[in-house]
Amino acid sequence: MSVTHESARGHVTGEALYTDDLAGRLPEILHAWPVIAPHTHARLIRIDVTPALQQPGVVTTLTNADVPGEGNSGANRHDEPLFPDEITFHSQPVAWVLGETLEAARLGAARVIAEYEPLPAILTIPDAIAEVSFHSGPFHIVRADAAAAISASPHRLSGELAIGGQEHFYLETQCAIARMDESDGIVVESSTQHPTETQEIVARVLGLANNQVTVQCLRMGGAFGGKEVQANPYAAIAALGAWKTKRPVRVRLPRHLDMVLSGKRHPFLAKFTAGFDTDGRLRGAEVKLYSDGGWSLDLSEPVLWRALFHCDNTYLIPALDATGWVCKTHKTSQTAFRGFGGPQGMIVIEDILDRIARTLGVAPHLVRERNFYREGDSTHYGQPVKDAARIERIWNELKASSDFESRRAEVNRFNAANLHTKHGIAITPVKFGISFTATFFNQAGALVMFYRDGSVQINHGGTEMGQGLHTKIREIASQSLGVLSSSVRIMPTRTDKVPNTSATAASAGTDLNGAAVLDACRQLQGRLIPVAAALVNCEGSKVRFAAGLVTGDTEVALPIAKVVEAAYRQRIPLFAQGYYRTPDIHFDPIAARGKPFHYFAYGAAVAEVEIDGFTGAHRTLRADLLQDVGDSIAPVIDLGQVEGGFAQGVGWLTLEELVWDAQGRLATSGASTYKLPSWPELPAVFNVNFLQRATEPGVVFGSKAVGEPPLMLAFSVREAIREAIAAFGKGGIVELDSPATPERIYWAIERARDTAIERARA
Amino acid sequence: MATPVCREFQFTLNGLPVKVSGVAPQITLLDFVRSRGLTGAKEGCAEGECGACAVLFIRNSVNGTCYQPVNSCLVPLPAVAGQEVLTVEALAESGELCEVQQAMAAGGGSQCGYCTPGFVVSMFAEHHRRENRPADVHALSGNLCRCTGYRPIQDALKSLGTPGGSALKRRLGKPAPRFAPVRYESTEGRFSRPGNLAESLDLMAADDAAQFVAGNTDLGVLTNLRGQRFPHLISLEGVAELRTFHAGSDYVEIGAALTLSEISERWSDAPDVFREWLRLFASPLIRNRATLGGNLATASPIGDSAPLLLALGAEVVIANLTGNRTAPLSQFFLGYRKTLLKPGDILRAVRLPKPLPDVVRFYKAAKRSTDDISTVAIGIAVVGDNLRAGFGGVGPVPVGLTAHPDALPELIRTTLKPISDHRGSAEYRLAVAQSLVAKFRHEAGVSTWV
Repeated sequence: MSVTHESARGHVTGEALYTDDLAGRLPEILHAWPVIAPHTHARLIRIDVTPALQQPGVVTTLTNADVPGEGNSGANRHDEPLFPDEITFHSQPVAWVLGETLEAARLGAARVIAEYEPLPAILTIPDAIAEVSFHSGPFHIVRADAAAAISASPHRLSGELAIGGQEHFYLETQCAIARMDESDGIVVESSTQHPTETQEIVARVLGLANNQVTVQCLRMGGAFGGKEVQANPYAAIAALGAWKTKRPVRVRLPRHLDMVLSGKRHPFLAKFTAGFDTDGRLRGAEVKLYSDGGWSLDLSEPVLWRALFHCDNTYLIPALDATGWVCKTHKTSQTAFRGFGGPQGMIVIEDILDRIARTLGVAPHLVRERNFYREGDSTHYGQPVKDAARIERIWNELKASSDFESRRAEVNRFNAANLHTKHGIAITPVKFGISFTATFFNQAGALVMFYRDGSVQINHGGTEMGQGLHTKIREIASQSLGVLSSSVRIMPTRTDKVPNTSATAASAGTDLNGAAVLDACRQLQGRLIPVAAALVNCEGSKVRFAAGLVTGDTEVALPIAKVVEAAYRQRIPLFAQGYYRTPDIHFDPIAARGKPFHYFAYGAAVAEVEIDGFTGAHRTLRADLLQDVGDSIAPVIDLGQVEGGFAQGVGWLTLEELVWDAQGRLATSGASTYKLPSWPELPAVFNVNFLQRATEPGVVFGSKAVGEPPLMLAFSVREAIREAIAAFGKGGIVELDSPATPERIYWAIERARDTAIERARA
Repeated sequence: MATPVCREFQFTLNGLPVKVSGVAPQITLLDFVRSRGLTGAKEGCAEGECGACAVLFIRNSVNGTCYQPVNSCLVPLPAVAGQEVLTVEALAESGELCEVQQAMAAGGGSQCGYCTPGFVVSMFAEHHRRENRPADVHALSGNLCRCTGYRPIQDALKSLGTPGGSALKRRLGKPAPRFAPVRYESTEGRFSRPGNLAESLDLMAADDAAQFVAGNTDLGVLTNLRGQRFPHLISLEGVAELRTFHAGSDYVEIGAALTLSEISERWSDAPDVFREWLRLFASPLIRNRATLGGNLATASPIGDSAPLLLALGAEVVIANLTGNRTAPLSQFFLGYRKTLLKPGDILRAVRLPKPLPDVVRFYKAAKRSTDDISTVAIGIAVVGDNLRAGFGGVGPVPVGLTAHPDALPELIRTTLKPISDHRGSAEYRLAVAQSLVAKFRHEAGVSTWV
């Protein structure tokens, strides 16, 4: 039977608890609401919170004066004041109000008097470039002399691509509930991907040692990177409120506040020049990447690095000059989001290759495959491209299974016969580096415990956000201990069980925590083997643990519980700490050389779309995905990651549009204005497969990371759209900023038609 | 006889009676069930877009008693007075997962699980639907999932057979509760559900602060997102005079307080364009609550009903204490969010004159093709030698234009004054308004005009 989600029953019955579901269980709980600044950039001249206290039901307010420690939640640069004097993005909270009810807190917040002096704001990447407003950069990765290679090339092109951001829209918004514990410490229930950092930020704000703060994450209702650091300020406010009032305090952002306050996938502007052969082979490229970091630094530096690492995708660029800046603007502070800059780097080279193909009049898939990495090649940062042959293997298998060539011919026939509706088909590859690029994050711990009845508790540093980490951990534990999965309980993630953990991020949750759990399980089994050998009367090497039974070389089968109890009586410890650090990875950011990734995850996708020339609307007729997941620990989980990642990528590239108005307000701040993929985005025909014979040595159970890589399979949809747009004209480059909304497609069609008319006249 | 004012009301929650008193009338059903520990329903958006808060009503329909999924974030608690409500927690009877829950759990239908109770609720209603037609994923189009990409949810729905003989299925053998009159009051406001039109108009005349409400799918958003509070809501759910449906030889008359789902049930021989339009009109969770009258009376320039109704040449029937009057819909919208309705008036019905046009279409240009607010919407019909079109998203009010096909594009260019906003630029809106006329001419095959 295939392994299903560890919490599936709780999900479908509504019994699975999320942070906010605990609110009703805590008597005397207070509700928090922010006082928000109605400015994008301003100086706070005066604030008087006392009128809030006139509101019935308001208990107290929180301002800088209440902070016993440091009132700043910025993880690295300490650049995120909880109670700012200078407003640096629209609706930034300047104070909080605590009430007996949410309504009281909200009405109290509306009574707070604040005066501001508005200041000019920087809202776009071009404005930031013009004003030299950068958080960081330039960062460089350089291979060979790109300028010389380009100027020596038979063909050259230059261009720009504006890449939109993306709202995480985790269904569960940011939420934290804090309370004093029984010995003057503080406990924070937080919907956070990084309980350790949340713990550290809470300790910083309260002026406490880390050991006074316990953070627990039950599970998250989606995160996607949006709760890697951005859960911290709300946990800190809840903790500050609990510290001040000695009552439980709940901070839960309603959707419209979550959207205006929380960071998003970084919008990027790319400027590029490429030199290439007459057959489309790249000779050299210069790529400048400007990311919109928003008001604070957040994770923008590693996001930009990952974009620079991935602007090659699966292609050998013999000479490359890749440079990046993090722009500082007066917008939400952009943050981690599935792919973490990788998608923004990869889309640039995909855009360039399509332009090259249309410049030369060569089919885009031919230009792509001519540029693939081959075995023995290295990336622009000097890492050998491990398993490069898989790129072509996946490509060829997918072309065959999707019937790519004959469908391409059919698309051409359709387009010749239809004036107002056009089809497009495209195939695109993915290569994605696995590991945190900050090497020290690549470690994990676990605490595995047998109880005397043979039941098992697993504690590890990873958090469950729907990705199925706990499901895979349970498989790893039950298989490696030889117990039934029903006797394994995965505990909520707590900082008092496993300390100093890394964020559950970078697709590495299972690679790291699974390996740590495996380490602990192996230790425990090693201790049980001599006990079991004596009980079943055989040599230790003959002892087998499986499905809750211990066997030797006889017919005797003992329940593991008997062995565990015997071990207890022999005074053998029945708990073990596991630990794992990813071997042999390193990166020198000054030289921009090293081996930042343990391995690469590969995949490819074919998509076929239809465009309505009257409106620019499109739909995906068929998608075929082939992803390398190694040996899958839980195929249902991995399939869900591949399909869900693809859907989220399609959303980012074709549907989800963040619009800030001229005053710097987010105009798309709710589900009615910011549209997520729904049924229309599900391809009418959808075939998803895993690469076979793909064991990944050196990773737990031979598996491979799967969280982020499939998101970029959605490039196939964007490129198919460009192919269909081109069919409305008679050749030439298709410029299409992202996302490919109906309006952008409509105007691109108009341009394609105009070009066709000009060519006909010429 | 007037309904007596009460400081408490009752309803049935998961089969058990619940007495409520001392709550503000705008307290949502969602907040209430969560406060009672039924935390399966979640708040995902608070504006009826995501369906994470879905719960089930038991309702009488043309096809008999049914389970009706609704967004509990948009239901003011007193609206369920006397009614029966089920949350996801009730669906696993005696701890045994129902077929829908089994199918969702077995096939990877949940990842983070936060949207899952809402999907289960919508799917449960579809599974127990009385009409005999194949399961339709559009029944789930009011539920958003950010994790799965929907394929496993689709597969779960398609795997379902006939519902087994559970107590919940047997419940459908008995009628649903009726809408008895309600006069609820607390220190924070009032909620009235009059039993007839005269009482509604009397209540309104007696209270300057009163506000008519039907499905609350619009006012609820103002309540939840903008913090607006309505001291006295007068619910029209129990007013029979507003819930009539009449398909006669001269016209089809649709009661203003019929929900979109009810209209669909009752108008069994509706033209194809009506079904097309309905599919593009919000989601089932909204259509189960939203009324045609509400969509018109709120006078949004981007409402979905006006463009089609204008193309069909609709009239509105307005009632007040002195009687009824009719007016063409094309004269109903006076300005941004302003209509012909004066104090004391109520929109009673919409009339569609017969014969309905033979050739008529509805198109909606939007970022997402279903459950999205239109960038531009158009209803368009051939009427004699002319095209009669209704437009949404092209200015402060819905606009009706009638002209010869060759003259219509120029009329669009000179008449429509769209704005640029987050849904689209003014240039795109104007271009698409014309382009959709061309699409109609192309699709309707009236090639001689081209």
